[in-house]
Amino acid sequence: MTITVTQLNRYIKSIIEKDIHLVNVVVKGELSNFKLHTSGHCYMTLKDENSAIRAVMFKSAASLLKFRPENGMKVVCEGRISVYERDGQYQLYINAMQPDGVGDLHVAFEQLKEKLQKEGLFDPKKKKPIPKFPKTVGVITSPTGAAVRDIVNVITRRYPSAEILIMPVLVQGDGAAEQIAKAIYYFNREKSADVLIVGRGGGSIEELWAFNEEPVARALFASEIPTISAVGHETDFTIADFVADLRAPTPSAAAELAVPSKLELMALLRQNYSRMLYAVRKSIESKKEILSRFAIKNPMDMVNQNRIMVDNSVKHLMSAAGKIFQQKSKALAVAAARINDLSPLNVLARGYGVVEKEGRIIKSVKQISKGDALYVRLSDGNVKCSAHETEEFVNV
Amino acid sequence: MSEISFEKSMAALDEIVKKLEQGDMSLEEMLKLFERGIALSRICNEILNEAEKKVNVLIKKDDGYEKQEFNPSEGV
Repeated sequence: MTITVTQLNRYIKSIIEKDIHLVNVVVKGELSNFKLHTSGHCYMTLKDENSAIRAVMFKSAASLLKFRPENGMKVVCEGRISVYERDGQYQLYINAMQPDGVGDLHVAFEQLKEKLQKEGLFDPKKKKPIPKFPKTVGVITSPTGAAVRDIVNVITRRYPSAEILIMPVLVQGDGAAEQIAKAIYYFNREKSADVLIVGRGGGSIEELWAFNEEPVARALFASEIPTISAVGHETDFTIADFVADLRAPTPSAAAELAVPSKLELMALLRQNYSRMLYAVRKSIESKKEILSRFAIKNPMDMVNQNRIMVDNSVKHLMSAAGKIFQQKSKALAVAAARINDLSPLNVLARGYGVVEKEGRIIKSVKQISKGDALYVRLSDGNVKCSAHETEEFVNV
Repeated sequence: MSEISFEKSMAALDEIVKKLEQGDMSLEEMLKLFERGIALSRICNEILNEAEKKVNVLIKKDDGYEKQEFNPSEGV
């Protein structure tokens, strides 16, 4: 009987799939040739020192992996054996995979930590300072449970001037990481807080897991509002602790780090007041002392100083006045000389005469008739005379 | 909350205290600074003693959130 290859492979496959041992195997080995296909399916070889088997993990199973499988990693896989008819290849179809020896969450934690560290999300230089006096403290946590109560109690007792704004979120289970991340983005978008506390109370690594997930780490890193992580107890370290601007060991401690103490501030204010008072008093005392010392030693110093100043001023004033006086007298002499030149007496002295008739000065021959009595005034006396004849200039 | 921020007032007060302690100024200047320091102290004290602030919880409403008074004993 001749059969086709397909028929043969199908037959082998049916035999293998009927085997009760191969339907469900748990096998441990080392990963090699690991490939994550774009389809989401994973292809790999599982091997030990002497042997190897091809294996596939379909997307539905692979998407549930907490950690990222890597070549060389020792793993324990659970699945079934079947045949890939096209290649006549029997292989392990993996349903679930765990790191061998350590928990998968532990591996996932280390992997994400390494990845984010390389990207610089833990860089101390990127850490923002926590504001000293926040007006509003944003709290991202479960609205029930001890953590939120502790935070509210500490803040209201310590610094009642701050407003507390709580964004309730799931802190464990499916969707918790996304809710926490969303809340961080929300506060940033609304700019509705000056500092954020992100956290929850203690729990197992599974219960704290949301704070080890990438979305939370990314949101914390992107936050422009300074963040304080407050996850679990003092001994619990999460990825969120590495990314947040400040890690608080517990939620209560986060509250203490987020706000100042009102009592301490009041004490500081009182202290400042006393310091100011003391400084002013001291300063006045020392000024008084200077004053008294000055007054006793040389009471006339000030007076004498002023007297010298007055004397100098007077001296300056006198010399300035003298100069002005000299200038003015010179000007006066010049003016007097000019007035002299213009005087009529001076004109007469140069040989001119003034003719008057009946007490009025004569300026034209037309005013004179023959025989008029005239009066000629010279510089040193008068001449009484009468007009003998008038003769008008033709061309005047 | 006061118009002048608490942080700025505290910083200004700190500055004034330091200046006063250095002395080295006229009596008039000193008294002016002292007066300002006292005023700032009073502002800071007032801010600290303001009525207690609310504790609110954000509750989803339509597309956004709404503030509600938080009562920790009841939870949400």
